[in-house]
Amino acid sequence: MTTETPARHEDQVQELERVTIRFAGDSGDGMQLTGTQFTRTAAVFGNDISTLPDYPAEIRAPAGSLPGVSGFQLSFSSSEIHTPGDQPDVLVAMNPAALKTNIMDLPAGGALIVNEDAFNQQNLKKAGYASNPLTDGSLKSYTVFSIPISALNARALDGLDMTSKQVDLTKNFFALGIMFWLYERSMDPTLRWIDEKFGAKPIVAEANRRALKAGYAFGETTEIFHTHYRVPSAHLPAGKYRNITGNEAAALGCVAASKLAKRDLFYGSYPITPASDILHQLSTYKNFGVRTFQAEDEIAAIGAAIGASYGGAMGLTASSGPGIALKLEAMGLAVMVELPLVIIDVQRAGPSTGMPTKTEQADLLQVMFGRNGDSPLPVVAPATPAECFDYAIEAWRIALKYMTPVVYLSDAFLASGSEPWRIPDVADLPSIGVENHTDRASFQPYARDPQTFARPWAVPGTPGLEHRIGGLEKADITGNVSYDPENHHRMQLLRREKVARIANDIPELQVAGPATGELLILGWGSTYGAIRSAVERLQAQGRSVAHAHLRHINPFPRNTEAVLRSYRQVLIPEVNLGQLLMLIRARYLIDAIGLDKVRGKPFRIAEIEQTALDLLDRK
Amino acid sequence: MAEALTLPVVPPLSRKDFVSDQEVRWCPGCGDYSILAQTQKVMPDFGFPKENIVFISGIGCSGRLPYYMNTYGFHSIHGRAPTLATGLKAARPDLMVWVITGDGDALSIGGNHVLHSMRRNVDIKLIMFNNRIYGLTKGQASPTSEMGKRTKSSPAGTIDQPVMPLSIALAAEATFVARSVDTHTEHLQATFESAGRHHGSAFVEVLQNCNIFNDGAWRAFTEREVRDDRMLFLAHGEPMIFGKDRDKGIRLRGLHPEVVTIGEDGVTVDDLLVHDEHAEDPYLAFMLSRLSYPEFPVPVGVFRSVDHPTHDKLMQAQIDEARAKSGEGDLEALLNDGETWVAS
Repeated sequence: MTTETPARHEDQVQELERVTIRFAGDSGDGMQLTGTQFTRTAAVFGNDISTLPDYPAEIRAPAGSLPGVSGFQLSFSSSEIHTPGDQPDVLVAMNPAALKTNIMDLPAGGALIVNEDAFNQQNLKKAGYASNPLTDGSLKSYTVFSIPISALNARALDGLDMTSKQVDLTKNFFALGIMFWLYERSMDPTLRWIDEKFGAKPIVAEANRRALKAGYAFGETTEIFHTHYRVPSAHLPAGKYRNITGNEAAALGCVAASKLAKRDLFYGSYPITPASDILHQLSTYKNFGVRTFQAEDEIAAIGAAIGASYGGAMGLTASSGPGIALKLEAMGLAVMVELPLVIIDVQRAGPSTGMPTKTEQADLLQVMFGRNGDSPLPVVAPATPAECFDYAIEAWRIALKYMTPVVYLSDAFLASGSEPWRIPDVADLPSIGVENHTDRASFQPYARDPQTFARPWAVPGTPGLEHRIGGLEKADITGNVSYDPENHHRMQLLRREKVARIANDIPELQVAGPATGELLILGWGSTYGAIRSAVERLQAQGRSVAHAHLRHINPFPRNTEAVLRSYRQVLIPEVNLGQLLMLIRARYLIDAIGLDKVRGKPFRIAEIEQTALDLLDRK
Repeated sequence: MAEALTLPVVPPLSRKDFVSDQEVRWCPGCGDYSILAQTQKVMPDFGFPKENIVFISGIGCSGRLPYYMNTYGFHSIHGRAPTLATGLKAARPDLMVWVITGDGDALSIGGNHVLHSMRRNVDIKLIMFNNRIYGLTKGQASPTSEMGKRTKSSPAGTIDQPVMPLSIALAAEATFVARSVDTHTEHLQATFESAGRHHGSAFVEVLQNCNIFNDGAWRAFTEREVRDDRMLFLAHGEPMIFGKDRDKGIRLRGLHPEVVTIGEDGVTVDDLLVHDEHAEDPYLAFMLSRLSYPEFPVPVGVFRSVDHPTHDKLMQAQIDEARAKSGEGDLEALLNDGETWVAS
């Protein structure tokens, strides 16, 4: 394969284990694309990666304004990493507003690359700067690279038949080119992407190519960067990899589950941030028999999914917190009629509309208890973007085997964050599924499997099994409508027991670290990376700390209590105000301690590390 | 030895094949009994095996009907039956799906779903029992209750303009729109027959009497003695004539319908509107949907019946097209799609 990226001089190269970059600019500056391109390039090179896109809810907030800043942080490393980094080593700020809203995260001595052309009076005023920070000395604790990116980029594109506004839209690729040079990354993956994306628009393609190459050449030929950096590839477990976000992995996992269970997937959905990408992606898998339905509202989305499951398909719906709130009544119906259904909740900051693009883990109690009546259903929660694939299959395994709706809790951080995913062999995927019931003699709509308590799945079209189901209480065995008090009590216990028994069919809670000790940090969902990294640091300091991470929240793994009681203290960090904490304390009467953070951002490693140290040193 | 080729002998189904073993629990004298009976009566006529027929309902007195049908049935939640039916029909185009609903279920809490299932032309037959009252919750005003109606929830009279169900169905692009009356058994059967044979979204309003909470809501024009004079029985291709003596008709004056008497002021049958249920545009059907007693005779029968592609067929066509273009989806290839690299 030919390469367009020039060979390097081997002088002035510094090797680093890990680098964290944050691209920040106006929401129209293409920062998400820039970050994604760097991520792909680092991933293909073989680094371990972790990303944190952070963008405003407004599609285009006023240009240059503080609320309009869009950021993308990525960490890439030659060793295994679990988080997108607490703080950036390098901040790329495309305008004063991006500088203002991000500079506090850059540690002293950190590298700051700015587009000095954007630091004009108007933009400075919009960002609330009284004087120009590039010249007033306020940035002297950083290593500042002030580059006239807009002007240099415009010069590189000179002669192309484009308006100056169009030219300016490509300056993010100039910045990307600089970063590629600075970190010894090939331009080839991005050049290929430009060809694929803009192949039909030769001028646009040429402009982006020129911008990227000009940025790269600028890094190489100017003398402002005295050195560049090398982050060798990571020693990831052997295998074939691709970069994947949590939403992509969830969609792929559901398609895989459909293939494994040999039933068509039906996806009912209403657009909502940050779950919509699942709809976009699944709608392209029609040749897998995937039927996607953009419903009139959240209720119709889950109603249609229940209807599809009733017909023998795999009914799936997804939303975020406000949409889940609308689906809760139908989720209760699915509990009552005991049909397989998976409900994905990509959590975001609430209550109400909250902060649509910001992450939070605050729907746990909603999905556990947000229905009328005692209405138990299983809850699973993947811990990393790549795990979103495995737990989609796991959610379906449980739904089909136990004839129950299952909630799958993701969040905005998992959904849009990415990491390398070792692509599994299809042959290694678990075997899941259930047969339709067809035997007339043995058929009773609410007879149960003695082990799983699952009722038979008798789908319309099966001769002789005509029967009626619905939201009214069912008589045990026959499924006829029943208001008998004893029957209702029995059915409530049966529904509870059915979910409880799943504990016998899921892995035990694993502990990373000593089996007993001073402190256990218990987490669930997307806090995994920060907790794991904090625990590794504490262990390196010789501290008696272990990490356990719940992927099954209802039911809990059967050894959960034993694990929790093996440590003097239990700390539960959550991006909410103590929801798992409440469940753990209520269930086990263990005096666990919460660490809450609801700032629309994931935990930093240092925050957990410090809290753990405080607990360990507390006498 | 050649095997003897025998076709399975399927005895024709009858009404009793569609009667379930559940005791019917509507109030004695309720119009629902007749609707259930006519529904069971017409079911054998469609030639569908009963295991391929599904009744889905919402909440309200009407919601109980699926329990009494010896088919597959799903009593769902308030207002949402069309959503379940949409998903079921999309996943299982081979099934015949009926939705049973009421004026509160379909037009109040479930109004949005009626609108969208109709505009998508989901192949469902939606039967809406209209008794102009909330029966199961014991007598509150419904979206079809007449303005000023005094009920338990409106002791001083309602201040809400009622909706016209068929106008809404037409505005929602329903491809089949009809009305009948619970007590007009033959007409009701014929209406259900037409709905059942339609491919696409069928909306049937059944004027139904709740003898407990709103007795006689429709009696002024549905009673045997007066109905010929106060109702207009629509027939495709026929002039709109009504009256015991078949001497009254509907004529268009400008944009407005008017009642005329044949033989008076030179009016002949040729001056009357001729019903065209297959008209692609909805104007005639919409005008008919606005006629109400006492200014006009109340039209019953098929207002509109047009043939459009159904939701499930369009969905299936996209899947077939994708498979024809890309082949049956290969999971291995899908997982390995995009930019990949190998770590060793």
